[in-house]
Amino acid sequence: MSNTTTERRSFRWPLELQIEPRMDSPRWLAPLVSLVAVLLALVMGAVVLALVGGNPFRAYAHIAGAAFGGLGVFSDTLVKATPLIFTGTACAVAFKMKLWNIGAEGQFFMGALGASVVILAGVVSEDASRVVTLAVMAVAGALFGAAWGFIPGILKARLGVNEIITTLMLNYIAFALVNYFIFGVWSESGFQMSRVFQRAAWLPRLSDLAEQFPIMRGLTTHAGFIFAVVVAIIAWYILFRSLWGYEIRLIGDNPRAAKYAGIKITRNTVLVLMLSGAIAGLGGMSEISGVIHRLQGSISPGYGFTGIIIAWLAKLNPLLVIPVSILFGGLILAGREIQPSGVPRLIQGIILFMLIASEVFLRYRVRLVRRTA
Amino acid sequence: MDPIIILHAGLATGTVLLFATIGEIFAERSGVMNLGLEGMMLIGAMAAFSVTVATGNGWLGIAAAMLAGGALSMLHGVVTIHFQADQVVSGLALTFLGVGLALVLGEGLSKAGTISLLPKLTIPVLSQIPVIGPIFLTDQSVLVYVGYVLVPFSWFFITRTRPGMHLRAVGENPTAADAMGVNVYRQRYAYVLVGGLLAGLSGATISLAVSPGWFSELTTGGLGWIAVGLVIFSAWNPWRAAFGAYAFGALRRTILDIQGPRLLLGLRNPFFFNPYYGFFLQMLPFVFVIVVLIIGSREAVRKRMGAPAALGLPYVRGERGL
Repeated sequence: MSNTTTERRSFRWPLELQIEPRMDSPRWLAPLVSLVAVLLALVMGAVVLALVGGNPFRAYAHIAGAAFGGLGVFSDTLVKATPLIFTGTACAVAFKMKLWNIGAEGQFFMGALGASVVILAGVVSEDASRVVTLAVMAVAGALFGAAWGFIPGILKARLGVNEIITTLMLNYIAFALVNYFIFGVWSESGFQMSRVFQRAAWLPRLSDLAEQFPIMRGLTTHAGFIFAVVVAIIAWYILFRSLWGYEIRLIGDNPRAAKYAGIKITRNTVLVLMLSGAIAGLGGMSEISGVIHRLQGSISPGYGFTGIIIAWLAKLNPLLVIPVSILFGGLILAGREIQPSGVPRLIQGIILFMLIASEVFLRYRVRLVRRTA
Repeated sequence: MDPIIILHAGLATGTVLLFATIGEIFAERSGVMNLGLEGMMLIGAMAAFSVTVATGNGWLGIAAAMLAGGALSMLHGVVTIHFQADQVVSGLALTFLGVGLALVLGEGLSKAGTISLLPKLTIPVLSQIPVIGPIFLTDQSVLVYVGYVLVPFSWFFITRTRPGMHLRAVGENPTAADAMGVNVYRQRYAYVLVGGLLAGLSGATISLAVSPGWFSELTTGGLGWIAVGLVIFSAWNPWRAAFGAYAFGALRRTILDIQGPRLLLGLRNPFFFNPYYGFFLQMLPFVFVIVVLIIGSREAVRKRMGAPAALGLPYVRGERGL
């Protein structure tokens, strides 16, 4: 390349990057770009892990083994995936209308609080049947979550108050509210948790079937998982197969066109945020009814925030939320044992960054071409 | 419950919010919203504390914090300005990344030891002025005084200088600014960087001056998000930002102090006799932000003050904007 000294001054790299807008992109491109982005993010996460003195290969092997390495751990992964399907679907529904609901975490806590009120304030009697108890808990959870979505919704629709800030502030308010109840009202002998709910308030687990099917022994996956999948499918149907979903998507893509088409944007803002809150609230109900069986402070390691990433990774499609949640459930399950504690969050941040940065390849054709002349 | 003490302490917390808010005002005035304040502040707080512990020099700690915040903000800059990614999602990603990175790098830092604080100053003569002297000019950290200077400087820069005019042009109508010969990309990068530097400084203010030390996530504890809210309340004006930040600082201090006395205004203090009501006091700052946004939005409608017109929109040369 640098064969003569005279050329050195005018040396130019023989290849150049050409960037041109794409008119349309092939169907296989979007999933491919996402996949490459996630793989790159994992590589970058490994580099960071190595830099702070960890062993990235052991960490990833550990994640894979601890999340998908057997029936028992896979069952635990599904347990972790269940709340993520709820929060991921909640975020996807709101994001589809470009409503930035960052409050799934708070709505999740409110759902848990609502379901607990049913049990601890004696809304249903202790001898009520399991079906009745669980149904009332689910309704209460959804209502409490929806209320936490209604507040930012009405403020956005009527006054134009930025929903990112309000949903976030409502998270902190929800945490303090739940803390008030577990410290001050339902505290069991001074501990920061309520009493254990009666059996009728527990979602059935696979291990309950162990008598008929011995293989189910010890499997913690609970009915909430099925419940979550059904909710995701219904959300998909609403978004992509119903008239209401068409309105939501049109407002998200082009609010001006939606307005001229006579779609009521203010009403939909309130309704969509309430729907989103209700789904996240159901997640909170499912978590305390299926896993924890009592109300306590540490019911979520940030499911609501991870839901944001999941929704984005699933391209705001609730059906894709299900597999993505299972992958992230594995990451969270295995990540509990990884030190330092910030690693899972760091990797989630890198993944989200790579994903949104990679979208440039869907809009532009980037080519390495040989320079002419 | 001495109002002088509350206001005096409120100024220090307010300074944290002030730096972050003014930095974000610069970025948003250029048309780039950066929701990653919380992440940049936390990494700034971590960098400031760890460098100060290692070197014993708080000024180096501040430099490290600003560099760390600035470096993180450039990531947001590349992704949103060059790659035209969604600014909201990129800002959220920045929060995750910054918080995660700060927790990883700050592992074990809480037991790293103590630091000598940045100097506190009392202004001679002027501190003798009644009320104003003891609140503003007595025994305040040097960073609080930096804040006093930053507010008029930012206002003057944004509204009265030529570079400030370019900044506003890029945020209001990048196509026209470009036609006028302003380099839109370079301007946006520069002010996103300013936002990052100031967010880092804001984090350093916490870990070196206001509540010294490293308390992992609780070091910032949501102050970054409150700053994002204050930007909207401020209507992108540094004076209003200062008012909001200091008022908020004073409110936080009031909430701490209100649980102390047995009697409040001559009545039994419910927060003293039932400490669990303290959880409702904890909600107040966040309720306050929401209320402030509601008031701000009504006022904005009335006075027609709006966000920079191109806020949140990527600029692509040759494409029709707006």
